[in-house]
Amino acid sequence: MENVKVEICCGTACYLLGAANMMNIEDQLPESWRGRVEVEAKTCLELCERENLGGAPYVRINGTEIMAQATPDKLLTRIGELLEGAA
Amino acid sequence: MINGSTFIRRELMIRLVRAFDAGVLESEIDRIPIKLRPKNERASRCCVYHDRAILKYRLMALLGISVEEEVDEAKPLSAYYAERAWTGEGGESVQPKTPLSVCGPACSGCPDARVVSTQNCRGCFARPCVYTCPKKAIEVVDGHSVIDQKLCIKCGRCIAACPYNAIVKTTVPCEEACPVGAIKKNDLGVAEIDFDRCIFCGKCFNACPFAAVMERSQLVDVLAAMKRGEKLVAMIAPAAEKQFPGKIEQLLAACAKAGFSDVMEVALGAEMTTAHETAEFIERMEKDPKTFMTTSCCPAWVNLVGKHMPELIDHVSLTPSPMVYARELAKKKDPSVKTVFIGPCVAKRSEARRKDVDYVLSFEELGAILAGRKIDVIACEPWPVERPANPTARNYARSCGVTDAVLTEATAKIPGFKLDSKQINGIDKKTCMMVKLHASGKVPVNFLEVMACPGGCQNGPCSLVK
Repeated sequence: MENVKVEICCGTACYLLGAANMMNIEDQLPESWRGRVEVEAKTCLELCERENLGGAPYVRINGTEIMAQATPDKLLTRIGELLEGAA
Repeated sequence: MINGSTFIRRELMIRLVRAFDAGVLESEIDRIPIKLRPKNERASRCCVYHDRAILKYRLMALLGISVEEEVDEAKPLSAYYAERAWTGEGGESVQPKTPLSVCGPACSGCPDARVVSTQNCRGCFARPCVYTCPKKAIEVVDGHSVIDQKLCIKCGRCIAACPYNAIVKTTVPCEEACPVGAIKKNDLGVAEIDFDRCIFCGKCFNACPFAAVMERSQLVDVLAAMKRGEKLVAMIAPAAEKQFPGKIEQLLAACAKAGFSDVMEVALGAEMTTAHETAEFIERMEKDPKTFMTTSCCPAWVNLVGKHMPELIDHVSLTPSPMVYARELAKKKDPSVKTVFIGPCVAKRSEARRKDVDYVLSFEELGAILAGRKIDVIACEPWPVERPANPTARNYARSCGVTDAVLTEATAKIPGFKLDSKQINGIDKKTCMMVKLHASGKVPVNFLEVMACPGGCQNGPCSLVK
């Protein structure tokens, strides 16, 4: 069981387009996931320019996986898949 | 909170800023609706062409143009852009007289508000709906409750009485939200704002689930003024706290980095408002201990009094708002600057027009400039302010903030000073009645604070985080 690393883009574009809703994602984690999820707020990951603006807000998971149009729900589901799926 | 309406508005703003900075706005603006809704891709409404038509109107509003005043439907956005001569010298800043505009094609023409019984009705034996209705408007026909719309007064008692949640009230969100009955559907069933009644509180702007009510923006005016090399002072409203990640001082630094020649907190103006308003209040009370005074810093409230409660005008404090004092401070420091108020408020645009503030930006629009110019607030070194504003002044954006500030100031001057204060925390149809009760003396008060937005400016219609 590996830990999950979540990097939330807090560049102003992502922040404006929904990242503000994910700032408190750590508080929404179920008890059993605590300590296994590492959440970091990052300055602009530059995905809104390379990919596209409509895909904001972006989240990077485990360094490589990119989630576009991220929402707290989508993010929690994916974290769950990675944690429980690996179990 | 982000939703489909806020997302599209902010996305368009950021695209506008990026295109402006790349020098391609005039040539690209007509392509934006097509880029966002290419053919063969899923549409948000009936088809991509409907979506594109609405996107064009959204961009028009972002260019500051009123959709209501559109004459030539074939006129491209690039023509509107060129016409305003933003690219040339001597662009004038003009606050639009009507800061809101309704996008007709976006309006869904919601059916009139009604209370109706749905399929969930089981035609039960007890029939609490029938018994509870004060107008005897409900009958059970073929095992289902039916509400006679001619008799129904929409009191909602049957809704509360039904154990199956079978009765619902449908609403017209904009009409429901408007405290003064200024937005109504016209003969075509499309919402229309009566600007003689409108107080620009922005409730309809937030309430419409189809985002049909739009703000007329000065975003491009500000970008163009910066490009002309004009000195623009960013005056950040106290409501900015917690709107962006980071501290107020970092937000000030971000503004400076974005191209404002100087930055300041409007809370410094709020300190002056507190001092003057307190003195004014004490003086009024000395003259007539039975009278009352009401606050003047919420522009939607001032508009409400001016347009709908003229009998209260003499009770409104004559003290200028924090924005007006902030403008004075900025002009005193350098008379050649132009002033830009940045806040969460629609109605401030109407006050700015009266009080010679050159431009108004919302937090969303400021955010779009920062996003377009790749400035992250948390990455900025805090701005070296001469001194931070007083905490009571920074608190102006919260309900009770003004009352607290005045009370603190007054007790410092006159120990044991008593304030019989009341707060109207959000203007709606009900609180309008409350105001009238205070005014008639039926509910005594001597200091009445009124904020159009529940919780204060921090929950303003254009705030980023509520």
